[in-house]
Amino acid sequence: MKIDKKTILKIAKLSKIKLKENEIEEFANNLSSILDWVEQLNETDTDNIEPLNNVSSSKLPLREDKTVSNNSSNQVLNNAPEKVEEYFIVPKVVE
Amino acid sequence: MNNIIKGKKFNWELVVGIEVHAQISSNSKLFSSSPTKFGSTPNSQVSLVDAAMPGMLPVINEFCITQAIKTGLGLKAKINNKSIFDRKNYFYADLPQGYQISQYKHPIVGEGKVEIDLPDGQSKKIRIIRLHLEQDAGKSLHDQSPNKTYVDLNRSGIALMEIVSEPDLSSAEEAAIYINKLRTILRYLNTCDGNMQEGSLRADVNISVKKTGEKNGTRCEVKNLNSIKFIKQAINYEAKRQIDILEDGGNIEQNTLLFDSKLGITKMMRNKEEAHDYRYFPDPDLLPLEIEDKFISDIKNTIPELPDEKKQRYIDQYKLTKYDSSILISEKDTSEYFEKILISNQELKNHTKIISNWIISELFAYLKKDDKQIKQSPVSPENLGKLILLIVNNTISGKIAKEVFEEMYVNKSDPQSIIENQNLTQVTDTKEINKIIEKVLQNNQDKLSEYKNGKNKLFGFFVGQVMKNSNGKANPKIVNELLKEKLN
Repeated sequence: MKIDKKTILKIAKLSKIKLKENEIEEFANNLSSILDWVEQLNETDTDNIEPLNNVSSSKLPLREDKTVSNNSSNQVLNNAPEKVEEYFIVPKVVE
Repeated sequence: MNNIIKGKKFNWELVVGIEVHAQISSNSKLFSSSPTKFGSTPNSQVSLVDAAMPGMLPVINEFCITQAIKTGLGLKAKINNKSIFDRKNYFYADLPQGYQISQYKHPIVGEGKVEIDLPDGQSKKIRIIRLHLEQDAGKSLHDQSPNKTYVDLNRSGIALMEIVSEPDLSSAEEAAIYINKLRTILRYLNTCDGNMQEGSLRADVNISVKKTGEKNGTRCEVKNLNSIKFIKQAINYEAKRQIDILEDGGNIEQNTLLFDSKLGITKMMRNKEEAHDYRYFPDPDLLPLEIEDKFISDIKNTIPELPDEKKQRYIDQYKLTKYDSSILISEKDTSEYFEKILISNQELKNHTKIISNWIISELFAYLKKDDKQIKQSPVSPENLGKLILLIVNNTISGKIAKEVFEEMYVNKSDPQSIIENQNLTQVTDTKEINKIIEKVLQNNQDKLSEYKNGKNKLFGFFVGQVMKNSNGKANPKIVNELLKEKLN
């Protein structure tokens, strides 16, 4: 499957990655060949087979509705590039 | 009901569907053990899972599953034995994971329905498409600084139920009734507190218009409405906006809109050049959720009497009108108050209409004035029952009862002691009443002769005078009878 320049730019935007002009071409080629390789899977007949969500045979583990307050807010805010009082501060993002 | 909107050129119909985000009442979050308490210090309820630190894994809260199933059963919906959690990918500062864990193709609850009562007495069935579990995002504050956004992740990861309706609603009023009904059901089930001010219940509203008999038009979605008033305003504004565009020969673009509650208008969200691409895929950290029938039937056994059934019982068993019943059941606390009166005063079981009137007119008026909930009522159901009993057995008149009620409300006292202290017991002794009548007639000789000369409407004047002279304590029925005897 051929990935064109437009698709590469869209993926870059969704991934919040900036690409240089020469990289666009490079990634387009790389991704196209990866997809070509993966497309071999299409040769397998999967009609009437349910999609596999997980290879594990165990069941979804459940948790009791109990709270644990480990006061991790200091730890959490330690990673903030900027904080005021108890808030994370980020560049203005208004939609 | 007639919901035709007249435009300048054509008649239009409104088509509305609603996605409600209802916060599940639970102690801890959907996939972490952080508490969910509203109004806590910013970022004080954020675990390393909620902050999406590398290597953290989600573990689902069993109670949230129970709550979702319970709600599904309350919506008469199909519960799916297998559902799957997906990642909905988008980038925003208050979403640390970079994706929201939600359910896309395989929700926990399938098709259901909600019955709403319209003002004209008709009922309407609103179809529910699905209910699924998902995480809430954090909260962004944009008004704290001119060039920064403040982020609080306390809400991040709290469990939500997204309840999606078919576009079966045809007016802003129907939408409001639907939201109210849904909220009542959630509160009966204790699965969501329904508190819109605190954001426990928010709605995204899809709105389109069409000419009568034609296909639905292109819809616009107004996001994140947190009051019923705003929902109605947004729908009415959007209807007019879309009709104006179409009648001027334009087209509606499918857009996501925000509602400006100060101006009462909808606005386009800014970055619309690219439609959202959520790239849903099954979350590899979470196995499919498999639920056995036994688990569902155990929950079924815990479902309380729901609003529709309670209303029908009030109509059948208590002989109340549909209108009175729907008011009494609209809040669980109100229906409990009503039923407590009956339990504590068995003699009142044939006087449900009076009880209902006292709650709906007197008690509600007082509570509303003080902005109190019925749970905080200074008049207990037991005492209101006693008061009504005193009216029913003719110990006091209805008029005096209102005064006694005021005293009960202000001083939290019981009616019997107020009546005894103030000597308010109704006078039913005919001798005593006759004495008062004599006095009134004597003092009003002129009116008496006018009456005898045919001015019949003075009868009311005499009744009033007698009541006044008895300080309102005479039994009005007896006064009427005795006066008739005397005058005719």
